[in-house]
Amino acid sequence: MDRPEIDGGRADIAVEVTNAVKTFRRAGRTITALDRVSFLVHPGTVTGLIGPDAAGKTTLMRLLAGLLLPDTGSLHVLAVDVLRHPLKVQGTIGYMPQRFGLYEDLTVKENLDLYADLQGVPMQERPERYGELMKMTGLGGFTRRLARDLSGGMKQKLGLACTLVRAPRLLLLDEPTVGVDPVSRRELWSIVYRLVEQEAMTVLLSTSYLDEAERCQEVILMHEGRLLGQGSPKSFSSQVEGRTYRVHVPTMDKRALQQRLERAPGVIDAVIQGGDVRVVMKEGVDADSRQLLPDIAGVCVSPVEPRFEDSFIVLLRQESDLRTTASLDLNAVGASGRQEDVIIVNELKRRFGDFYAVKGISFTVRQGEVFGLLGANGAGKSTTFRMLCGLLPLSEGKVQVAGQDLRRAAARARSHIGYMAQKFSLYGDLSVHENLHFFSRIYGLHGKHQRNRVAWALQEFELSPFADAPCGQLPLGYKQRLALAAALMHSPEILFLDEPTSGVDPLARREFWHRINDLAEGGVTVLVTTHFMEEAEYCDRLVIMSEGLILAEGTPEEMKERFRTAEQPEPSMEDAFIALIEGAEGVRSVS
Amino acid sequence: MSKVDPRKAFRHGFAMRMRGMIRKEFLQIRRDPSSIAIAFVLPLVLLLIFGYGVSLDAQHVPVAIVVEAPSPATRSLTAAFGNSPYFRPVDFSSIQEAEDALKRRLVDGIVWVRSDFAENLLSGETAPVGVVVNGVDANNARIISGYIQGAWLTWLEQYARDQGRPLSSAVSLEHRVWFNPGVRSRDYLVPGLIAVIMTLIGALLTALVVAREWERGTMEALMVTPVAAREILIGKIVPYFFLGMGGLILSVVMAVWLFDVPLRGSLWVLFLASTLFLMTALAMGLLISTVARNQFVAGQVAILSTFLPAFILSGFIFDIGSMPAVIRGVTHIIAARYYVAILQTVFLAGDVWNVIVYNGLALAVMTVFFLSIVKKRTRKRLQ
Amino acid sequence: MWRRVLALTMKEFLALLKDKRSRMVIIVPPLMQLIVFGYAATFDLNDVPYAVYNEDSGGAARELLARFSGSSSFKLVAQLDHESQIAPLINSRKILMVLRIGRDFSKELLLQRTGSVQVIIDGRNSNTALVALGYIRTIFVDFNRAWSETQGLRRSHAQLEVRAWFNDNLESRWFIVPGIVGLLTLVVALLVTALSVAREREAGTFDQLLVTPLRPVEILLGKALPGFIIGMVEASLIIAIAVFWFQVPLRGSLPALYTGLFFFLLSGIGVGLMISSLAVTQQQGLVGAFLFLVPSIILSGFATPIANMPPFMQDLTRLNPMRYFLIILREVFLQGASIESLWSQFWPMAAIGVVNLVFASWLFRHRLY
Repeated sequence: MDRPEIDGGRADIAVEVTNAVKTFRRAGRTITALDRVSFLVHPGTVTGLIGPDAAGKTTLMRLLAGLLLPDTGSLHVLAVDVLRHPLKVQGTIGYMPQRFGLYEDLTVKENLDLYADLQGVPMQERPERYGELMKMTGLGGFTRRLARDLSGGMKQKLGLACTLVRAPRLLLLDEPTVGVDPVSRRELWSIVYRLVEQEAMTVLLSTSYLDEAERCQEVILMHEGRLLGQGSPKSFSSQVEGRTYRVHVPTMDKRALQQRLERAPGVIDAVIQGGDVRVVMKEGVDADSRQLLPDIAGVCVSPVEPRFEDSFIVLLRQESDLRTTASLDLNAVGASGRQEDVIIVNELKRRFGDFYAVKGISFTVRQGEVFGLLGANGAGKSTTFRMLCGLLPLSEGKVQVAGQDLRRAAARARSHIGYMAQKFSLYGDLSVHENLHFFSRIYGLHGKHQRNRVAWALQEFELSPFADAPCGQLPLGYKQRLALAAALMHSPEILFLDEPTSGVDPLARREFWHRINDLAEGGVTVLVTTHFMEEAEYCDRLVIMSEGLILAEGTPEEMKERFRTAEQPEPSMEDAFIALIEGAEGVRSVS
Repeated sequence: MSKVDPRKAFRHGFAMRMRGMIRKEFLQIRRDPSSIAIAFVLPLVLLLIFGYGVSLDAQHVPVAIVVEAPSPATRSLTAAFGNSPYFRPVDFSSIQEAEDALKRRLVDGIVWVRSDFAENLLSGETAPVGVVVNGVDANNARIISGYIQGAWLTWLEQYARDQGRPLSSAVSLEHRVWFNPGVRSRDYLVPGLIAVIMTLIGALLTALVVAREWERGTMEALMVTPVAAREILIGKIVPYFFLGMGGLILSVVMAVWLFDVPLRGSLWVLFLASTLFLMTALAMGLLISTVARNQFVAGQVAILSTFLPAFILSGFIFDIGSMPAVIRGVTHIIAARYYVAILQTVFLAGDVWNVIVYNGLALAVMTVFFLSIVKKRTRKRLQ
Repeated sequence: MWRRVLALTMKEFLALLKDKRSRMVIIVPPLMQLIVFGYAATFDLNDVPYAVYNEDSGGAARELLARFSGSSSFKLVAQLDHESQIAPLINSRKILMVLRIGRDFSKELLLQRTGSVQVIIDGRNSNTALVALGYIRTIFVDFNRAWSETQGLRRSHAQLEVRAWFNDNLESRWFIVPGIVGLLTLVVALLVTALSVAREREAGTFDQLLVTPLRPVEILLGKALPGFIIGMVEASLIIAIAVFWFQVPLRGSLPALYTGLFFFLLSGIGVGLMISSLAVTQQQGLVGAFLFLVPSIILSGFATPIANMPPFMQDLTRLNPMRYFLIILREVFLQGASIESLWSQFWPMAAIGVVNLVFASWLFRHRLY
């Protein structure tokens, strides 16, 4: 039984996982990361491991790479038992962890050399292999640059190149597209396709972006450590075939429409898409406009192609009982319908040394608007965002937030805003109640008013059961609710959101946007920055930045409209975004 | 697949992997200022501070001399203090003033010659001389009172000879201090300091750099390559071994050329013992980083479990023999203790084989012990 | 404003005490250092191993040697009968010293001549050698006096009467333990403040703080107060342990001690905040604190006297707040000093503290973003 070839693995299968169970002990509690997971991956395919954070994707990847041992169950990679011969497996696969371990102090070339040495790539083969990889990743011009000086997308591509120095037969990619802008993301995907086609590689890739599922040949859907299903993306979306519609009401605001539809009978899911609302109906229920919106005229319901996400939502709703969120009881700012400009940005510039990250931009945001700030990595959108919420001083220009000049009355301006960071950033050791208490005090609330606000937050965000739990141990969805609650303690006029829903499951994301919509309806202005085109759809207006300048400004529909062509009658937000960025870069490379 | 001897191929792969690991480590050391700081700047600062700043040798101690009634006898007594390099006599006319100065730390001691001193001395009565030292710093006080007694005895002999009388004391003490006749504290502090420096480089720096690999996720990326666990270990040990040896050479050169510490033993013994100690320190650093996978905890643990003991419990400054039995027992598991013994012997005494062999063996045992634990604990698993 | 600062301070305490790592920083290292320093850091000698090479069979030699074997400071390890045995024993560190008494020692003494005793001592640790020589000298002086009396000789006219003030028995521990109060207070206060901002930066919570209406000076106060309070509590605890466990006398006034502690903490926290505003990661904060702590402890007079340093280093120590606080501690503990007598120590420390705090708040404002 010593020979790996006969220890139970099937030669025609790239990955075989049978009944894998993995538990961890954290703070005295047992967490089941994987619960009896079994699946097969066929050679020469791109298989997607899809699921929100804490679905068990990373644990599964690490098991396959031989970095963790399962409690029970067996794993075979390329017909080799991972438990018994981890070194042999590691010699044949390539694995890129979520945060790929690039040595930041080393240059691009030195990183490649290191991994070539470790993988035993013969010296004579290196120049040719490096050449291919550099061409593939477009890093050719940067071989002498230190890894720490690369942008997020370039780092990711370098990580991939290092994993590929010796062409592996199986490539494991753990969330390769997290924090990567749509342009770089598309490039990464094209590299993956090329590998499968030209080098006959098998690729197993995990992601929490549901739209990426449709780029895979095969999808393994995971949720909270369990396998929900496996099949081609089509096989998933065909489950909801004929149940997806687009609802168009010219007389109605899209947010109001979405909220109406969400509560309409027979509707499982309703999301904003462009100016319309996309709905998924219960099985056997027709999307009849009179049933859906009985008192409204001019409703236009048309069937649309089902998406992967629709089926995931349906699956999740079966899992957990229907989670419909009550409307947020605001008692926030007096929601007067004033349409005044609450954020005014005029010729804003930001310099780091000699380098201008933001080169003079101007825009305004009206009260009650959901405003998006989009851009590729390094476009200056994070810098702009940080300046607007007072985290970074401005170099030149004028910014007014809530009627206060940021240069002169920054502290006063800050008392009018709420801020929610991309990474959960409340005090993890403190309980939910302590966090809320602290933030309300910091915002100057005290006495009865403060106690009322804390009670309001606990109730409205359904956090009461966890009031005394250390918030670091909450599930991601609850953390996010708490972060939003903390940002709303002082009833801010403006809410800043930095990639608010990355990694959370689609149900939690819907719930989150539901609350944001309520806030916007109540007159709170929301400024959001995101890589996530899904979120861009929720915006009333947005700007797209590139190289420190504003490239385009308008509503999502206007953006998409600009790129409607014969071949692409229904361009997505992402298509529009990429076309814009590439167009701009094309112009620049010509000039 | 062409026919290649698998063993040869493995050896070739091993060499290539090691080259990759070691080259990477050196590149990182070169580009990371904090590594350079710990490996070269900190030793330099410590050597300079200890070489120049830390001394247990009292010199020019301000001593109040109170002579209530001057006479030839008292003049020769004060001259005896004035001539000694240890004292800086300050004259006071009354004991109250002198005591006040002692309380205000203007002087460290008082020599009080009462008004009837000369008279009593001549008439054969007892002529006591009062000495008061500030006992707050007990060690310093002891050393100063020793100096005063020494100066006093010298004067007494001198005086007796001048008076043509036999010496009044029955037994005279004739002392010889071996290895360090000048009794310079620097001569024993600087060699001992080498142990502290090697601990910093070996244990603290190694623990930090390995913990950094865990933190930044590079360890996970290394683990999925065909590198074996022991190769990762060797890849860490070799570069930091050379760095530690660099620190050793720097320290030895500074000790001998800048601070004039004699090096009486042989260099190869020094290097061999240092190799053993450095390996122990490296193994401890690696062990710490397998337990604590973040730099913060690793740094804390390394300082508490290696740096502090090397400072206090190694015999570097404080005499182990005088510690309470329990703590004396604890010092036996501290590698620096054996290394400090070898260092002080090789520098000041020479190649004393039974010291070197006994402590060297102890170091070797510790090296093997820690390395085998590290080897056992290092698996290519994330848990 | 104070309501916000108070809220921030409360939060700091909660976060410090609930986080396992921070709790460890406050509790474990001070405890270990207290034990190690309190018991191991002593220059007093016990059981010094020695050998006797006695060629004399007379009673005077026996009497002299009995004084050594009866002393708790010395421990007889070997009786030698040949000169060649000396070197191996000393070289191998089996003994620290050899008492060598010549053949005619007793005879000389009975003839009322001076007999001489040779002491050979291992100088590898020169301080140990010096202290041991001091002990030996004391025994000799006592012996001389007793011998003169018993032999009915004329007593020597001139006598030295040595007294040590403030510490009659010259116990090292009385010197070291009050020093630990200063040492540990500085370590803890510095670590708490130096790492507090870096910890928030790493967790991402610092941004969350910066978008609130808190002004930099409020954040600064909120970060400084916990270090200050924890330093006070820790110092009080160690003072109590020094008095009740290590039995060090506390002779002076507590107000004087706490005035000193107040100024000392001011300057220590100033340094901590400076490190805090510069360090991006806790790791950097730790290295920064370490780089500050080591020289300031070594050059404070904690273990070795400042007076023994070369003049330029002595001048350098005037910038070290710990130098002044150690003097205050020892004067209050052992010399019974009062507030009035310590002004010369208070004002430099207060000046250093104010400069540090001003500089720290300047850095803080300029490095916040």
